Amino acid sequence: MRKLRVLSAGAVTAVLALTACTTDEPADTTDEVDQAAEQPDDGGQSSEGSGDEWFVQAEYEKQLAQRDKEPEGPADKPWLQAIDPEYVETAEYAQDGNTLCFSNASVANPWRVTGWITMQQQVQVYKDSGDIGEFRVSDAGGDDNKQISDIQAFVDAGDCNAIIISPSTTATLTPAVEAACQSGVPVIVFDRGVNTDCMVTFIHPIGGYAYGADGAEFLVENLEPGSKVLALRILPGVDVLEHRWAAAQEIFADSDLEILGNEFTEGDAATIKDTVTQYLQRGEVDGIWMDAGDGAVAAVEAFEDTGNDYPVMVGEDELGFMRKWKETGMTAIAPAYSNFQWRTPIEAAVKIWNGEKVPSEWVLPQEPITEEDRDEYLDRNEGMPDLHYAKFGGEDLPGFPEAWQDR
Amino acid sequence: MTQTPAPQRQGGNRAAGLLAALFGGGSATVFALLVVIFAVIAVVNPGFMEPPSLMAFIKNAAPLVILAVGQYFVIVAGELDLSVGSLVGAQVVIAAALIDGEESRTVPVMLLMLAFGIVVGLVNGLITTLLKVHSLITTLGMMLVLYGAIRLWTGGSPTGALSEGFRQAGRGGIEMSVVRLLPWALFILVAVVIAAVVLMRSPYGRTLIAAGDNEKAAAFSGVRVWQVRTAAFVLSSVLASLAGVLIGGYAGVTAQVGDGLEFTAITAVVLGGVVLGGGRGTVVAAMAGALTVEALFTLFNQLSLPSTIRPAVQGVIIIAAVAYAARERSRPAVPATDARPDETTGS
Repeated sequence: MRKLRVLSAGAVTAVLALTACTTDEPADTTDEVDQAAEQPDDGGQSSEGSGDEWFVQAEYEKQLAQRDKEPEGPADKPWLQAIDPEYVETAEYAQDGNTLCFSNASVANPWRVTGWITMQQQVQVYKDSGDIGEFRVSDAGGDDNKQISDIQAFVDAGDCNAIIISPSTTATLTPAVEAACQSGVPVIVFDRGVNTDCMVTFIHPIGGYAYGADGAEFLVENLEPGSKVLALRILPGVDVLEHRWAAAQEIFADSDLEILGNEFTEGDAATIKDTVTQYLQRGEVDGIWMDAGDGAVAAVEAFEDTGNDYPVMVGEDELGFMRKWKETGMTAIAPAYSNFQWRTPIEAAVKIWNGEKVPSEWVLPQEPITEEDRDEYLDRNEGMPDLHYAKFGGEDLPGFPEAWQDR
Repeated sequence: MTQTPAPQRQGGNRAAGLLAALFGGGSATVFALLVVIFAVIAVVNPGFMEPPSLMAFIKNAAPLVILAVGQYFVIVAGELDLSVGSLVGAQVVIAAALIDGEESRTVPVMLLMLAFGIVVGLVNGLITTLLKVHSLITTLGMMLVLYGAIRLWTGGSPTGALSEGFRQAGRGGIEMSVVRLLPWALFILVAVVIAAVVLMRSPYGRTLIAAGDNEKAAAFSGVRVWQVRTAAFVLSSVLASLAGVLIGGYAGVTAQVGDGLEFTAITAVVLGGVVLGGGRGTVVAAMAGALTVEALFTLFNQLSLPSTIRPAVQGVIIIAAVAYAARERSRPAVPATDARPDETTGS
């Protein structure tokens, strides 16, 4: 028994001592430790600058360039615009019915809830006009296996005239999407991609690299060299979020900003507030970069409650944050992962049924909200809840505004 | 407590007894661990020991301590309450939706939250005790029901906003010179601590432990076990509602409020040396367990420990600490005449 006591006491001290030793080093080296821990050995092919498995240089450069391109299509309907479209003919997909089927990954966060409402309102418009007969939906609740069987069920039923898929993960859903393509009905994929190009069109905003870069560039421009920036992230290992962080790292690496750390918060307001408070206890924080705006208000409150000056802030086009931004007058930017993209798949389905051409990769515009157009977006979204996204793009739909207010 | 007192070297000084109490296992281990963690934090970042930082720590830790107290009542009575995390989330979302930024609705909505908490606790308790469904299943079901019902009601994400008045409890306090802000959360916490200690020393507290220790014996000696246990579930739910007020006040509304809190609370209680299955452990140690868990999170932050290995380190420390404390139970206990009278009744 005595031995056991010594052993377990030893274990506790050893762990405490170990953690103290391994990390009691200058802040910039812990970042490397962090990356080394996350990154499996991939044969040394990682590029310098960002030794990150999630970083693809060519895609990064493409997305950054796409931000400056003028999209084709009507300027007042961004959900119909496309950047560098390559059109495909759709005559071969003519259908003798108009049942639209949608396999949704989940409605697990406010961004998806907002988009899902917009999509339903868009469907209503086409139901009233007779273009869409039945709209059949299955929600996978974030479960890959459930979504695979949802898609299979649509295929087996055989009466879907088009299948829209918002995949929950990329690699796992690829075979299911391929199976849907093989059934002969037009397949439309949006939001996250899959590793195949068998669908008629893949709809998405510019992407995560552009999103991450928008915020990081804003910090570099608005902070003095040597300023300290804290990065707050939701989860590791989710491609859309990792791309945002990879792009930000790329830009921070070329700047004179000091990155204090990157912390995972799961988007939980209490965790965010606690984390930021602790960083403020240790020293100054001049800027905050976030990979998604969930809980951005809590981060700002941490500065208020500890009596510090407002940081230069990267949030999102979530209304709660935008209202706080206006109220405090701080220097901030709201990157947007174009929520209006939820309208586009419905438009695409109707176009395909009508034999109109659609872009094979439908890249939607993705612009951050800046101080210049902030108030305009706040006016347009007056009366909307805090967890609503300013660029939802549904102002001209019949259910506006009640459908989004009474969610 | 039936073991015969082990022979005691007389004239044994109090210091030795105190040391034994601190490092000799049982509930005391958690206090030692807490001291060690705080010492390490103080070395890593002396700034943490300044009053404003400590107040910020208390403000952040208060909800977990309150949840741990609630969980202690249930665990010591021989049950488990997995529904508290969902309940915290539900209460915050309900509050935001019903208050919707209107200051005048703050107090009525808080009363409604209290009523809702009582109802949830009653349902948990009555299903467990009268229908004889194991509390693991009852409260797991309640956790899912609350989680699903809230998402059904709100369409997946919270709406509305909390009023400034509602947020005061978790965010505000009395402005002062030394500590910057003496948080209301501290006053609420002290009140809960005192109430919990008094309750555990009352006849109810003793029957609660008796019911957890040996249900049949307690029943034969006239305890209405089902009533005692149901009351424990109600206490747990009411305290979870209070924790919801503090958490919502501290950080506002997000869709993730309360996620995973039930396991953090159970961890805290177990770390405090309270035995799963009931009948052993003190409420003060459970609270110390909650403070230790929060301090551990703080330590990880202060060390800039990579987020990826934090859960592993946390797991090792918790298992080691509980194993160290459990060692106490497998050998003859320190005689009751020693420095710790009344160990099992919540001193």
